[in-house]
Amino acid sequence: MPSFTLLAQSVLSGIFIGALYGLLGLGLSLTWGMLRQINLAHFALAFLGAYLTFQLTHGAGWDPLATLLVVVPCFFLLGASMHWLFARFAITPFNSLLVTFGLTVIVESLIQWIWTADQRLMDSAYGAVRFKLGALYVPLPELLTLVLAVALSLAAWAGLRYTDLGRAMRAAAEDAPIAAAFGVNERSLSLLLSGISAAFAGVAGLCIALSFTLAPSQIYAWIGVVFAVVMIGGLGNPIGPLVAGIVIGISESLTMALTSPAWAPLVSFSLLIVVLLARAKKI
Amino acid sequence: MRVTASGWIAIAGLALATVPFFKPPAFYETFLYLVFYWIVLATSWNILSGYSGYFSFGHGAFFGAGMYTTATLSGRYDWAFLWTLPAAALVAALFGTAIGAVVFRVGRLRGELFALLTLAVTFVLATVVLNTRIDGGQGVNLGGVALPAIGPTPSATFYFLALALTVITLWTARGIYQARLGTGLFAIHDDEDVAEVLGVPTLRYKLVAFGVSCALAGVAGGIHAMFVSYVTVGETFSIIVPLTVVLMSVLGGTRHWLGPTVGATIITGLVYAFTAGDYAIAGRAAVGLILVVVILFMPNGVLGRFAGRSRTPTRAPDANRTAPAAARSTAPAQTRQQRQGEILLDARGVSKAFRGVQALDRVDLQVRRGEILGLVGPNGSGKSTMINVVSGHFLLDSGRIAFGDREVSGMAAHRIAHAGIARTYQIPRPLAHMNVLENVALPAMFGRNSLGRIDAEREARDWLEFTGLAGKADALPDDLNLHQRKFLELARALASRPSLLFLDEVLSGLTPSEIDNAIATIRAIRDQGATIVFVEHVMRAVMELADRIVVLNYGRVIAEGLPQDVMQRPEVVTAYLGKPHA
Repeated sequence: MPSFTLLAQSVLSGIFIGALYGLLGLGLSLTWGMLRQINLAHFALAFLGAYLTFQLTHGAGWDPLATLLVVVPCFFLLGASMHWLFARFAITPFNSLLVTFGLTVIVESLIQWIWTADQRLMDSAYGAVRFKLGALYVPLPELLTLVLAVALSLAAWAGLRYTDLGRAMRAAAEDAPIAAAFGVNERSLSLLLSGISAAFAGVAGLCIALSFTLAPSQIYAWIGVVFAVVMIGGLGNPIGPLVAGIVIGISESLTMALTSPAWAPLVSFSLLIVVLLARAKKI
Repeated sequence: MRVTASGWIAIAGLALATVPFFKPPAFYETFLYLVFYWIVLATSWNILSGYSGYFSFGHGAFFGAGMYTTATLSGRYDWAFLWTLPAAALVAALFGTAIGAVVFRVGRLRGELFALLTLAVTFVLATVVLNTRIDGGQGVNLGGVALPAIGPTPSATFYFLALALTVITLWTARGIYQARLGTGLFAIHDDEDVAEVLGVPTLRYKLVAFGVSCALAGVAGGIHAMFVSYVTVGETFSIIVPLTVVLMSVLGGTRHWLGPTVGATIITGLVYAFTAGDYAIAGRAAVGLILVVVILFMPNGVLGRFAGRSRTPTRAPDANRTAPAAARSTAPAQTRQQRQGEILLDARGVSKAFRGVQALDRVDLQVRRGEILGLVGPNGSGKSTMINVVSGHFLLDSGRIAFGDREVSGMAAHRIAHAGIARTYQIPRPLAHMNVLENVALPAMFGRNSLGRIDAEREARDWLEFTGLAGKADALPDDLNLHQRKFLELARALASRPSLLFLDEVLSGLTPSEIDNAIATIRAIRDQGATIVFVEHVMRAVMELADRIVVLNYGRVIAEGLPQDVMQRPEVVTAYLGKPHA
């Protein structure tokens, strides 16, 4: 049996990795639940964001957080224009999965072309900073990820719940024609929502760049577990991915600590299967 | 002599089998091997997912199950390679059917949820394989396994194996496409509830399709294990296999048996053309771009766009045998006279609740053979629920229903359809991708009489004649107006030759003259020997047609008897109009 400190440390790292799952899942869940689009390209955008952060930090010597000033508006525009394309062709949910897979492949090739297939690790001022909390280590990049994930999830939740714009978005997601009949401009709202989701992907990209080695093929490594997080958290629910992400993150890191790292995927995907089957009964 | 599609497959297969004898450079055979390999994977995926609309993202799991079966049996237990292939098929098929037996039973898990579930199964299987003795994390090396010398060279051997499997796969896909199984799967694709009510054994069909699909993928995996000769979890269970397979099928067209072949050939060719040169990265990007453009501009795939509907052509009926259906079915009228009045459907104490709402509360309902029973009551009184319970769409909470001398409560809906109960839907639910004739032929194929396709279409044409839709036989349901769609519902219910027919508000939304027409039609149906229960709000029709009336309110039977008598009772008037306060 591993020591208490080791277990506590793995719970902590589970929370951190879970926060990143939640942050990646947030944008995916919003567009999936509210616009009925399954956006695989979300992962490609996150990695594109990570590489841009890497480039600006490494090449131009920016502070990693400052890169958000560039990445967020650019990604907002990118996300909105992607949605414009989908809306223009009235794409079905399943076909959105295929189209965004195509976009993912294109972005992957683009990344590989610019930055090559080699692994890249960003050195930043934050990378080496670690706090000590009792016997536990708290690395600053992971802590930043957690703070960003919680802040954005709460902001999305509050925005959808308390602002007129958010209410209109929820109404349009529920029943677009009826919402339109009550004066909700469903088209521009969905452009806004996709833009925000893509911007979230950009922020997640920053977090990936802070803590992980980058390689183009890594885009696909996140898809499975983040899909599980999104499903378990509930489609369109802004808090769900974060909670589900942390649950999965902790159970994964405990599995790693208690058995071997290779068993970790079993937890998240078994959980996903159980959730899907349980939900199907209700339908 | 006309060569059938199966014949063409055989001819193409034989022609391609001569290729190795021209001694081409090995990379041609290897390239063609890859084309065949993807054709098999994409086509086998399409048998379940394309035909029935259950898009699976778990094809990698079944392919991988076959791959590791061959790797384990030949690598560890020294089986001869060829003997591992049937085992690979069996393992993959059993695995798939077991998953299907759980997933298909639990609920209607379709679309992206089914896709995700099957994807999750892939990752679970991968983790188990990786961490157990099956792989152990190092991968399985098959370098030492003897390859049977089927062809002159190893690459020719793989070529022959893959070619043979491709021919078998295409025969299977085409065979299922033409057979009842295919028709049933396409009906499931459009509307699973309706398919079941029309008599399609949906659960069994999905399981069979899943099993066949997995078995073929398993064999492909078995051959591929030997081809790559070094099997690893990372390569086998990646997300690339399911995504590529879906992409190929959608590109080619999922509603045609040949669609995946077209897609697989195009994609494999493109990938090869690009990656062979110095532009590997540009090649990948091009494949991605093609995918985006194709889905945006041809959502139904290449064959969906360019090939027409190519099912077995149906002949129009001969001029001299268009006798109306009514004339042909006078025979049962004799027996009908004798058995008139006997109880055909006997429902006792039927209850059904939805969460808090008691939709049916201990309802007793007897239907006598040969009568027209009007089932009336205000909105929400439980009339449609009663139809849904009797036809097997909902399980009842308590009570029992006997039909003739059989107990039908708790039976699957398709077996109830077989027993001779048919229904229409209040809001017409035609199968959108089938034309009017195919819609009506379906219950004739799957219902009580289980006719062959030709006979079923002949039967269907009779009923189209009878309902005045003969001119629309080739139209798609979307092209019909409401009146015609209602009559399509009717024709479809009649085509199974039911002994008991439930009509759920067939008259609502029709104009007065259309109603007159419909009343005459319903009379004509009864005169042919069917017993009819009809739910209706058009009181004129109820009074004209019904021999007897049962009134429901809040899920209870509040009155029963002759039309004029029942509709004047105070409790019935109250139920419809509310209490008089004056």
